[in-house]
Amino acid sequence: MLIAKNIEFSYQPDQKFNIPTLELKSGEQLLIIGKSGSGKTTILNMLGGLLKPLKGEIIINGTSLYQLSDAALDKFRGRNIGIIFQKPHILSPLTVEENLKLANFFSGTDGVKNETLLKDLDILDKRKARVYTLSEGEAQRVSIARALANSPTIILADEPTASLDDVNAANVVKILKKQAEKYNAVLIIVTHDQRVKDHISNQITIGGEV
Amino acid sequence: MNMLKLSWKYLIAKPLNTGLNILLLALGLAIITVLILIQDQFEQKMTRDAEGIDLVVGAKGSPLQLILSSVYHIDFPTGNIDMNEAMALSRNRLVKNIIPLGMGDNYQGYRIVGTNYDYLELYNPQMKEGVVWEKPFEVVLGYEVAIKLGLNVGDDFVGSHGIGSSSHEHDEHPYLVTGILDPMGNVLDKLILTSIESVWYTHDDDHDHEKFEKSVAKTGFPETDEDREVTSLLIQYRNPMAAVQLPRQINSRTSLQAASPSFEISRLFELLGVGIKLIQGLAIVIIIIAGLGIFIALFNSLKERKYDLAVMRTLGASSGQLFLHILLEGVILTVLGAIVGILMGHLFIAVLVKQSDQGLVSTLSATVFLVEELWILAYAVAVGIIASLIPAWNAYQTDIAKQLTKS
Repeated sequence: MLIAKNIEFSYQPDQKFNIPTLELKSGEQLLIIGKSGSGKTTILNMLGGLLKPLKGEIIINGTSLYQLSDAALDKFRGRNIGIIFQKPHILSPLTVEENLKLANFFSGTDGVKNETLLKDLDILDKRKARVYTLSEGEAQRVSIARALANSPTIILADEPTASLDDVNAANVVKILKKQAEKYNAVLIIVTHDQRVKDHISNQITIGGEV
Repeated sequence: MNMLKLSWKYLIAKPLNTGLNILLLALGLAIITVLILIQDQFEQKMTRDAEGIDLVVGAKGSPLQLILSSVYHIDFPTGNIDMNEAMALSRNRLVKNIIPLGMGDNYQGYRIVGTNYDYLELYNPQMKEGVVWEKPFEVVLGYEVAIKLGLNVGDDFVGSHGIGSSSHEHDEHPYLVTGILDPMGNVLDKLILTSIESVWYTHDDDHDHEKFEKSVAKTGFPETDEDREVTSLLIQYRNPMAAVQLPRQINSRTSLQAASPSFEISRLFELLGVGIKLIQGLAIVIIIIAGLGIFIALFNSLKERKYDLAVMRTLGASSGQLFLHILLEGVILTVLGAIVGILMGHLFIAVLVKQSDQGLVSTLSATVFLVEELWILAYAVAVGIIASLIPAWNAYQTDIAKQLTKS
């Protein structure tokens, strides 16, 4: 359950972001489309508890994000929100498996699901591998697995397909949809990538037509 | 996964950098370890060997030399003194006990010291084998002498003239081993002990075999009608007043010289202290450089790692945990550095001891661990914390959203 209402944010006073009110129930999916600079990533950061809006409120599962203390917000984010970025950002000193376990450690979950996740995402045989031995598609799947390692109720993806080829891009969107459905989580994908459009029907466009 | 493991993973991802920092710190701490060990053991040994000896009397010369030669048996004696004069001193009312020493010969570099049973009583050794000497030319070996030279009770050997290496051998009359002492951990281990008479008779030209069969003096001075000499005298005071009066009496009124072991040794440590301070200063400089090295390494790696840190935050890490993450890296580095350094210090002493068979250094032990070494560990951790404090604070303040959008 995610509610975002009356959100206002600006980096400069004369350049306010226009942010629509959002309300998503468990299992619902949303595609936010906008060109570069339209504030898509800013919205996602605010939804993910990474950036405090100037005004307004974001409520996830009944908890108002920005009324939590800093440390409590970190824990809440770790448990409830999985974030996927444009680049995989796998922690290179750790193996694939350890990247997932780190997510478990920081949020205090047990990580029993890790193996199933890696299997679902077809990277189980890479679990002892380091990031530099992975292909780009594999690395992005690892980052998805890591975002899902704590069974989040909200999955946020920021341009997850931007650096992937057509086959991998389609694959990543399919995986995200499937996993979100499997765990009945809210999925929000922010993108300017036209290839994603056909996969999710619930769409909003910000900052004008792409 | 936990914080310690996470920091460790990041450290071993850069083995060269990590290794260099550990090595540099270890080097500085190894020097300090060696200094602490040597200082402690020398001081302990010096006090132990001089226990019960209030004053040493010998020929005029350097008082330090007199102490080193007569108490620790590491320097050359200042010369011999007339026994009549020595016996006159023993009648002084301030003297409680007087032990004569006669030196001048060695066997394979180990000193042959002529004395009486009182000298043994000073250290109270147990016999490992055999009995104490009864007649001239019977000797008791210190534990190390027996082991190193492979001598057993009943064996005989010929002493050489001189204290260190031999000039000519006294081949007229061999010494007979009648006893071997238990290991004492003091100066006795390296000595060959015998009666004063033995030392006299080896240097005599005539060979009166009749007197070789008489038993020797067990305490005090041997009875003789000839003009004899001894090398030095170990004296115990009768009362505290003696400490004030006796040295002055001897030094001003006789041709002898009196020196106090405790005074001379503290003077020696004072002289050595300058050198120790210098090396200590060097070690501290190395440790500071090591600390700076750790600081720079962490600070630089932080630039590349800001993104990693931001990702950790999105995974649920609090800023406090990131602070701890960086701090732990510094602490792990320095704890490892301290352990390696302490081991290096002990290894260095082990090598040093192995390379010198005799002399003061060979009495050191590399296996003794001191409480002070825990302090080294504590200092090292303090260095690690100080060095990583600023990088850790930077990590604490990482702005996730800004960092993630920057890519």
